[in-house]
Order: sequence, then C-alpha cells, then structure tokens
Amino acid sequence: MPDISTQLLEQVQTALAEHSTLDIRGNRTKTALGRASAADSVPLDLHAHSGIVNYEPGELVMTARAGTTLAEIDAALAEHGQMLACDPRRFGGQATLGGSLATHQSGPARPWYGSLRDHVLGVRLINGRGEHLRFGGQVMKNVAGYDVSRLQAGAMGTLGVLTEISVKVLPQPDYSQTLIKTCDIFDGHTLSQQLASSTKPLTGMTWVDDTLYLRLQGSQQAVAASTRQWQEAYQTTAIEPEQGTQFWQQLREHELDFHRQPAGHSGSPKLWRFSINPRTGPFLTGERWLVNWGGAQRWISGEYDLETLGEHAQASGGEVCLYESSDGTEERMLMTHPALRRIQQNVKAALDPRGIFNPGRLFSWL
Amino acid sequence: MTGNAPTTDIAITQQDLAAAFRRFIDAEYVISDAETQRVYECDGLAAYCEMPMLTVLPENTEQVQQVLQLCHQHNVPVVARGAGTGLCAGATPNQYGVLLSMAKFSEILEIDSAARLARLQPGVRNLAISEAAAEYGLYYAPDPSSQIACSIGGNVSENAGGVHCLKYGLTVHNVVQVKLLTVEGEALTLGNEGLDGYGADLLALIHGSEGLLGIITEITVRLLPTPECAQVILAGFASVKAAGDAVGEVIARGIIPGGMEMMDSFAIEAAEAFAQAGYPVAAEALLLCELDGSVEEVAEYVDSVTAIFNELGATSIRVSQSEAERLLLWKGRKSAFPAVGRLSPDYYCMDGTIPRGQLAHVLTEINRMSTEYGLRVANVFHAGDGNLHPLILFDSSIDGEFEKTEEFGGRILELCVAVGGNITGEHGVGLEKLRQMPAQFNDAEISQFHALKFAFDPKGTLNPGKGIPTLKRCQEYRTLKQNADAVQGGHKHA
Ligand SMILES: Cc1cc2nc3c(=O)[nH]c(=O)nc-3n(C[C@H](O)[C@H](O)[C@H](O)COP(=O)(O)OP(=O)(O)OC[C@H]3O[C@@H](n4cnc5c(N)ncnc54)[C@H](O)[C@@H]3O)c2cc1C
Repeated sequence: MPDISTQLLEQVQTALAEHSTLDIRGNRTKTALGRASAADSVPLDLHAHSGIVNYEPGELVMTARAGTTLAEIDAALAEHGQMLACDPRRFGGQATLGGSLATHQSGPARPWYGSLRDHVLGVRLINGRGEHLRFGGQVMKNVAGYDVSRLQAGAMGTLGVLTEISVKVLPQPDYSQTLIKTCDIFDGHTLSQQLASSTKPLTGMTWVDDTLYLRLQGSQQAVAASTRQWQEAYQTTAIEPEQGTQFWQQLREHELDFHRQPAGHSGSPKLWRFSINPRTGPFLTGERWLVNWGGAQRWISGEYDLETLGEHAQASGGEVCLYESSDGTEERMLMTHPALRRIQQNVKAALDPRGIFNPGRLFSWL
Repeated sequence: MTGNAPTTDIAITQQDLAAAFRRFIDAEYVISDAETQRVYECDGLAAYCEMPMLTVLPENTEQVQQVLQLCHQHNVPVVARGAGTGLCAGATPNQYGVLLSMAKFSEILEIDSAARLARLQPGVRNLAISEAAAEYGLYYAPDPSSQIACSIGGNVSENAGGVHCLKYGLTVHNVVQVKLLTVEGEALTLGNEGLDGYGADLLALIHGSEGLLGIITEITVRLLPTPECAQVILAGFASVKAAGDAVGEVIARGIIPGGMEMMDSFAIEAAEAFAQAGYPVAAEALLLCELDGSVEEVAEYVDSVTAIFNELGATSIRVSQSEAERLLLWKGRKSAFPAVGRLSPDYYCMDGTIPRGQLAHVLTEINRMSTEYGLRVANVFHAGDGNLHPLILFDSSIDGEFEKTEEFGGRILELCVAVGGNITGEHGVGLEKLRQMPAQFNDAEISQFHALKFAFDPKGTLNPGKGIPTLKRCQEYRTLKQNADAVQGGHKHA
C-alpha cells in the first residue's frame, strides 16, 4: 500500500515538459464508459497508489488513496458495521475509489442515500500545472473555496489526477427486506409513483422484465411493519433475503438478464442511460426497459442515436447519454449549448491549461 | 473600507447607468439615492457596511439579463443579494457597483408533487417551500435557523446547512437543477430533473460560490415525504465531554438521528430565558437528538438513544410527547442566536467545523481564549456533523472591541484548521473570512480558485473581492503569522 504520489507528480511534470498527454488509469474496469482518450496518450497508472490513509468510524469518515480497491474499502468498513452508502458499482471489487468518483458511480439506493459525489468530503489532486493540491477536507461540512472535490464527479479524469479522497460513510442498515410484484411497465410506473411518496423506509425501487422490486431497510420493526402493510395493500410478495441481496447486487453490477441479453440486437450492444423527471410515463414502450431509482434513471440498449433519444429526454426534463459502448470514438452526450460548452472548456483550462489529462475521454471537443 | 475596484476601468457614470436601467426596469426599482439604498448597506454581518453605486430590483429574468449585459459592457461590478441574512459579508455592496436584489423573484413556480420536486425563483424563502409542499405531505429538508427569512438563492450560494443536515444533507444534496445567468447574461441550465447527469459536476461547483460565478435565476429542489413520526430527546450533561461522548456513542451504535445539536451552559441559559422551553439550566451541556421515520423505527431508536444517554451519565432526559412539545424544544435551539444577542449589545458568530472527537479540546481552548480576551462566548454546535458556532459577545460602542473580537474569532478558526477542520462549515467566506483562507489553503490552491473564477468571469466583475483572497493578502497573512509565532516562541524561551 505505497504512497507513489511523488512519482505521479513527476510523471505529470514530465508530460508537461515533453508536451505529451496522459491517460489516467485505475484498474481499467471502466474502459467502456466514456470515450477513449487520445491514442498517443501515455498511461498514468494509479492502481499502485492505494491504501486507506485514515478511517475514523466514530467520525463517519474514511480517507483512501485513489487507487484503493472498493473490495479493500468494503472489508475495512464492514469490520465496523459501516458501508459506502452510495453503493458504487464494484466490478468484482476491483473498481478503485478514484475511478468510481471520476465516473460518478452510485447504486440502487441513490435517491435515498445519495451518490458518491454527495458523500465526497474532500480530495487531493494533481492539476495540469503539476501541483499537488488539497480541497475540502475530512469533516462533514466545508464551504471555504469552491467545491473542487464534487466538481470531479463525472469529469472522467479530465480535470486532474485524483490522488486521495475522503468520503462520508454510514452504518449498515439493521435489516433489509425485498418485495416484488409482477406487473407491466405501466402498472409498475403507477405503483412506483404511489409508493415513492410514502414514508416507509424505502431504499430501492426498480422495474425490469415485468417485475417491480422494492427494498425496505432500517430498524427491524419498521421493516417488518412496512412489509406487512404493503403485502396487504398492494399484494407484493416478500422474497428470501439471499434472493433480494442477489438482485440488488446484480442490478448494481449490470449483471441481470437485461444486461446480459440485450433484446433484439446482436453484435456490440449500446447501453443508453436517461436521467429524467421520475414522474415521466413510459415511452418507446416497444423497447425492453430497466427503470431504476423510482423512474429517475432509465436504461435501454440498441442502435439508437443521441438526437432521437435526446428529444425524449428533453421532453422529460432531463438528458440521455450513451453510457456504454465498445466504440470509443462515439460522442457520449450532446452538448450543443454554446455558453455551456465554453464554460466547460474554461473550467478544463482552469485546472488543466495544457490539456494533458485524458483528452477526448469525456467529450470529443474537450 | 471594502471598496474592491474591478480590474478594468468602469466606463459609465451612475446617472447614465440608472437611466439605461430605467428603460427596461420600473423606475421605482432602480434606486440611486443614499437614503433608500441604506437598507442594503450590509447583510447579516453588520460590521461590514458599504453603499452601492446603484441598487436594482429586477422583476424577471430578461431584466436581470439586460442588467448583466450593461454592467459587463461597462465593467461595472455586480453583487447579488437574496434576503441579506448571510453571516460572512457576502452580499455587502460594492461601492463602484450595482447591488442586484433578487427580492422580486419570490414565486414558487411549481410543486411537482408526483416527482417530489419544487421549481422555485431564487428569492423564495426557505420556509415557504416546506409550507407550500405540506399539502402534499412533502417538505424541503435543509433548514437553516434563518429559514423564516433567508432565500433559496442565498442557500445555494452559501450551500446552507441546518439542524437536519447530518441525515438529510446540505443544500447541495437537495438541489437537482439550477438556472444561471453568466456574467455576460447568457442562460445556462446545470443539472436536470432526474439525478446525476453526464460530465463534470458543475451544479456542485455553483453551490457555495457566493455569487462569484453567475446569477442564479431558478432552482429545482427535491422534496421528501414528511416523516410519519418525529420525536426529540432533550438531555442534560454534566460536561461538554460527556455530551460529546454520547453523540459519538449514538453514531457508533449505527443510529443516524434526524438532528443532533449541542449547546453549552451559557447558550442554554440564554435560550431558556428567550424561549422558556424547559431547558436544564443547571447542565453544562445539552443535547437535542431528533429521531424521525416510521412510527416503529422512531419508537425503537428513542429507546436505544435514551438508554445510551442514561449509560453515559445524562443528568436529565426528556422525550417530546407531542408535536407542540417537539417544536417548543427546537424553538430554544433555533432562536439561540437572537437569544444570546439579547445578553449583549452585539455578538459575532463563528462557523468552524472540526472532527467531532476534537470537541472537548476545542471548547476548552475557546474558554481559555475567552478569559484571555475578556470576551464571553456561548457555544451552539451542530454536533452530528462537527459544525461549531461560538458566539462571541461584545460591544461595538467600545473603541477597539470589535477588532479584538475579530482577532479572537480568527484564532478560533485557525484552531479549527489546526485540529483537522476548516474555517467555515456553512456561512461562507465573503469578506469576513478572507483573512483566514490562507490558514486552510496554500498559494497554489488559492491560485486554482482564482483560475476557476476566471473560467466564469474573466473580467472579475461578479462580487469582486469576496470569497477568495488575493495572493498578496495571503503573503501578508503568512508574514504576520510568522512574526507572531516568532514573538510567541521568543516568550516561551525567555
Ligand atoms: C439568525 C441567523 C441564523 C442563521 N442560521 C444559519 C444556519 O443554521 N445555517 C446556515 O447555513 N446559515 C445560517 N445563517 C446564514 C444565512 O441565513 C445563510 O447563509 C443563507 O443561505 C443566506 O441567504 P440569503 O438569502 O439571506 O442570502 P444573502 O445574504 O442575501 O446572500 C448570500 C450570498 O449569496 C449571494 N447570492 C444571493 N442570491 C443570489 C443569486 N440569486 N445568485 C447568485 N448569488 C446570490 C450573495 O451575493 C451573497 O454572496 C443564519 C443567519 C442568521 C442571521
């Protein structure tokens, strides 16, 4: 668990001196996410920069080097009955903390527990001037200076090399229960809308392949009472705990049948992600859908294009991106608004003036 | 005193600018006389006063856009103002600039109850959101103590917190979309009505940006279902340390309360005199621990927390038995600032955040400095998330007393940084904490902030001179510190 930040800093300075660009890598679990960095970029490997630097269970704070695997973090937290509440995709435990933040991962409980960005308290990063800087901190609240830490979420490494990250952690829930109900996408939508406003301890609401999955988590009595009430009121069925755990895990890891057998499209499937107003009724109903986060996140796969899907997304108060594709040259999201593009380019220039980090990884034009 | 001139020359007179504004804004809402502008000379931190060149109160986004375009064209500084309750002199006017009051933007545009979202103009009061959402069984979680008055635009700009933030997050965790006008007057939409879009999180960057990056014209917040049940436990302790340990133990047992607040004996006394909530005035420290959720969950956790408090030596315990009693118990805490204010001509509120484990040490040090400076201090504390609000009592009519107070406050903030915390948890930097910024950030970090400011506002006309100190000022701070340390070191060796 070495600290190789000095070497990382040297590599950045070398890149600056040699006018080369860098391809920042953790454990390479997310190469299908985002575009490919410019082909002539020199790899900058973070996976050896790993290890938990500080963990204070009583403060609900953990600080780890960016290359630390989520498996290592999970193990340390579990010893104290705690967890990464944002529940990022683990990729068999091999995903790194830095990569998870850079791609802004969060699991099925996102609407209730928050995303990884929500739980980040501070970062250390190397900027494109070759300076190792610290933003935010290891406490729950900080409004001194701009929030450079959370800005990194989703930036895919284009705004600096994350070297160390402090996150808020939370106690594991005492008890979980998964309920299911067989229904089509329309009934699933109606019931989801109804239940989302309930005061029950809901932490998961997903519809896929004609089944609505609901997860209740909290104190044992609360979960038991809510389970009973929903069984009676909505004819939901409580499933075995192992089955429930398996479902939410496969959902998070993109390992459900939905992900394994994209309907009707052979060859290299493209996975599209909508972030839209959760009240939006079902659309493109001929497709096979996965409706997550109570409707705020929806997935389909197939040969679409960003313009067509973008119209649906816009009409629903949101956006769509090509989340996964084996073709690293394709644009992942349309950003046509000139002022927004300019601001993004300016922010990039502020942190990476010479454009050395992950060129093209986020947008072809950045 | 604070006249931060823009970097480029202003190319228009007050009269011409006022005339230009009156072409598209109701003449009544373009204020150029000193008398009428007087109400805008400061925010909640009255020690920093300044008169603006002009004050405008636009009524719609197009007017704001035109104001920004004109100001940009003529290099005129623009300072946005929400409700003016800020405590860091963030909304203090600029003497060369326009004060842009967003007070007319007070409309709740939509309560989207099915999506549990509210679309708001920036001038909507924080509490008004929950009031409007109540008929749908929903509420807006972040609840700063100033919630009756402060605006949601100001909340986003300061990333405001409240007593329920340990469990429900700060403003940044509860906003999904912000509409912003750039300094050039161009409209941007950041975020969306879903959750987590593609790309770097510019929405997060806007939170806490203190009006330095753009003017917020619309905000969409998430609403939560009002919990079935909420009960608050009021417990007295014989020492701050015992109360601090009790907070730690609740969290170690896996319980995240809806709110967890602490007050020291002086704050207890003041709040009790003000609110008559039945606080244990003999206690050295008081905890307010709120548990919310389903009826079963609250019952289970109220039992657990009561047991923990008893085990750790609580001197008194009271559990609210009705909604009226719950609100009464909170009233004391929520009115703590004005309550302490009644005991003294003036008070000065600090806002450092520390790792919770450092609480006893930090409070002991604050008490020691309180004696050293001869200034009384009351402490209220968002104990769950380590955010400390020492209130220093002083009298500004006594020569030099405010300067002494500021110095004392500054040392508290430096202490917070030294124990692993920071200079501001929720009130922001504004003009007030510019001095302490170099205690938390080095020059390269400060330069990085300036570069980010430049990305949005190349001419530096949005709220100039706030939030981020100049490098020159940082140098001066470090030199002063070195000298002071050398003097102190000299004393020790003598
Ligand atoms: C008694 C009291 C108790 C308080 N308790 C708390 C508390 O518990 N938690 C907490 O976090 N704060 C608290 N505060 C501080 C204050 O209420 C918050 O900072 C609040 O968010 C400020 O809102 P405002 O509308 O008054 O903003 P203002 O003071 O008017 O402005 C604050 C900053 O935001 C900028 N701004 C305002 N509107 C816009 C806009 N539309 N676009 C761009 N920039 C804008 C201003 O330029 C300024 O920099 C308290 C204050 C008082 C007086």
